Amino acid sequence: MEDYILEMKNIVRTFPGVRALNGVDFQAKRGSVHALVGENGAGKSTLMKCLVGINPPDSGEIWLKGGKVIIPDPHTALKLGIAMIYQELNPVLERSVMENIWLGREPMLRGFGVLVDHRTMHEQTRQLLKELEIDIDPKTKVKELSVAKMQMIEIAKAISYNADVVIMDEPTSSLTPNEVEHLFSMIRKLKARDVAIIYITHKMEEIFAIADEVTVLRDGNNITTNPVKGITFDSLITAMVGRRLTEMFPKMESQIGEVKLAARNIEVPELLHDISFDLRKGEILGVAGLVGAGRTELMETLFGLRRKSAGEILIDGKKVEIRSPTDAIEAGIGFLTEDRRLNGIIPVLSVKVNTIVANLRNYLKYGFFLNLKHIHTDCEDFRDRLKIRTPSLDALIQNLSGGNQQKVLVARWLLTNPDILILDEPTRGIDVGAKAEIHTIITKLACEGKSIIMVSSEMPEILGMSDRVLVMSRGQITAILDRKDADQETIMRYASAKANNNKVA
Amino acid sequence: MAQQSEVGKFINKYAIFIVLIVMVVVLSFLSPAFLTAQNLINVLITESGRGILAIGVAFTIISRGIDLSVGSIVSLTSVIAASLVQEPSYSARIFPNLPLLPPIVAVLAGLVAGTVVGMTNGALIAYTAIPPFIATLGSMIIARGLALILTNAYPVPMLRPEFKIIGQGSLGPIPYVVIVFVLVAIVAFVILNYTRFGKNVYAIGGNVNAAKTSGIKVDKNLVAIYAVSGFCASIAGILITARAASGIATLGNNYELDAIAAATIGGTSHTGGIGTVPGIIAGILILGILNNGLLLLGISPYLQQVIKGIIIVGAVVFDMRKNARQK
Repeated sequence: MEDYILEMKNIVRTFPGVRALNGVDFQAKRGSVHALVGENGAGKSTLMKCLVGINPPDSGEIWLKGGKVIIPDPHTALKLGIAMIYQELNPVLERSVMENIWLGREPMLRGFGVLVDHRTMHEQTRQLLKELEIDIDPKTKVKELSVAKMQMIEIAKAISYNADVVIMDEPTSSLTPNEVEHLFSMIRKLKARDVAIIYITHKMEEIFAIADEVTVLRDGNNITTNPVKGITFDSLITAMVGRRLTEMFPKMESQIGEVKLAARNIEVPELLHDISFDLRKGEILGVAGLVGAGRTELMETLFGLRRKSAGEILIDGKKVEIRSPTDAIEAGIGFLTEDRRLNGIIPVLSVKVNTIVANLRNYLKYGFFLNLKHIHTDCEDFRDRLKIRTPSLDALIQNLSGGNQQKVLVARWLLTNPDILILDEPTRGIDVGAKAEIHTIITKLACEGKSIIMVSSEMPEILGMSDRVLVMSRGQITAILDRKDADQETIMRYASAKANNNKVA
Repeated sequence: MAQQSEVGKFINKYAIFIVLIVMVVVLSFLSPAFLTAQNLINVLITESGRGILAIGVAFTIISRGIDLSVGSIVSLTSVIAASLVQEPSYSARIFPNLPLLPPIVAVLAGLVAGTVVGMTNGALIAYTAIPPFIATLGSMIIARGLALILTNAYPVPMLRPEFKIIGQGSLGPIPYVVIVFVLVAIVAFVILNYTRFGKNVYAIGGNVNAAKTSGIKVDKNLVAIYAVSGFCASIAGILITARAASGIATLGNNYELDAIAAATIGGTSHTGGIGTVPGIIAGILILGILNNGLLLLGISPYLQQVIKGIIIVGAVVFDMRKNARQK
């Protein structure tokens, strides 16, 4: 019997209509990184939220350091030495870095029990950040930081609890490769301090890079727990999706035709400089770069969400003026935004409404009423074509998994019948199975003759899906590579070109 | 260029105080009666009560809530406190056989009443999860009704001098009401900036999930936040009653709106997590000086309302632009 710091036994948790955890067992050892993987909806985050008291379990036992504990709220979890870095970032934007880190446990002035000791707080924050090699002034307001730096602050905060168990729920989702390496070095330090780390991730390569053991969850059950040594990428995927996935990137050769869209010398002050590129019919153009390279800003400019100060956009060789998304849609451009929760889905409305909402005009009867039958058949059609898994078309979209929400958004844009589809991080935060399905959809669209721009921070996706790769750094294009010339190293070199003196966190 | 943006930042940050100073300067030129000690003290006396209300309400707004009940709490406190300090000889006393109580009892009774209403608001919001707007709308109407029931809608006059002095007396040239306002402001400033509770208020309003996951007991803090608002409202109720020398069941009607307006003008953000005591004080002074100045200039009170409304909306538009620009 090994000596576990944490044991969760037969954990059951139900939500209205869903049995999210179906009697899950889970153990973690001191000084070890335990990866927790599974498709979206498999129950990884739910299991950890049981552990930190956000959603206490309906039944089952939690044993910590050999004693049984009951954790009704996060307060108790923190007191017991369990800290968590949440997938959704949780900063108080208007407050300073140090206030965020010490929230709820501010150091107090000695002798004046009720007053907060800001000087000590500042000093402790400075030391913490120095120790972790994070170069941020403790007094900076969090809203002034980049998303990546906010993520580093969340990590620093979790570490500052000196917890025995640290849970990290997809901590690298907004980090650059350098920052990921930085995080891994912090994790190694924690390991050396005998901390148990539970690491939730979608990124397979991270498991092999940092984890000692890996547990796979599927549909609220635990499937396997193994040491990372001795397992393979394929066996992990198979365990996760419950079927064999021969191809993550089922790219098909498409017929690449004429230049569809041409950008010429586009300028946006302080953001984009001298951007010129061509996009051909039937082509998938991958856009790679570090966070902050201007990729999303470029897409927003193409779609009319940002004003360019100079340059022009040509479609089919003709100059078009795109001043607003309406202009862009009329010009045949669709834009799947980076953050589907913020800009994409309307959570409290049905799958059906979410599918058609950008396209109501085409469903009018007598110019006023909606043709419900027509809507229904179209939605059914897309549900089948894109394999959207939903109990019904009238189910609220918020109850779908991230992958299925994303498919609904793809359907929404396909309904507008665009020739050019811009996909910004199309598979961020969705599971491997759904990723492969989205990849299939993308490649099929290209084969149908659509032109696709795919922004992605995931190197395998860029390499696996793109016909050509456009690399950006600091608002400029540093390379446009053909599929055969593109590899991880080359892309990273161009992505950090001219950005070498821009020290990352 | 950088120089200019520094100036811009400064103006943005202190806009509300610059507006206040400009108003004072302009009014001093337009009306000789404005910049006199007596007039300014009058403004302070008039605005002290509402200022205290605004500070209390600001706690709820910073936590991303609202408190509509504070005006009614003023009324309720007014009649409760007044009913306990009527002259014993007065034949129409609310409690005819009440023995002569020290005025502190009346004051405490008023404060307890306000705090209880506030805690009830907080408990409703925290434990039933109804929106603060609805919870405090309900208690606003209930407290209004209670004040009327208690007095049958009659005023509660003939208060004893030991009580009236709170509202009418002064320490040297400075009236007690103004001193209380300043004290409340100082205490609120210290609470918001130098206590855990204060940090919690900002965190709950700024990002309630951050607060929860940091182990803050949001429920208990909400009860405390609305208790603070109710407590401040009852302080205001006592001061205003003592100055008016009579308990009135409709005394605080619509005061909640003035308080919310002052907090808003002072930069307290309804999206939560933002607001400072100096800002709120500037907000209440702007409203007070505006009232006073327009009166001195002989501008119709009806037009005054229009101007006030425009300023409130303008303040929020400015604030949102300012916050947007920083991003």
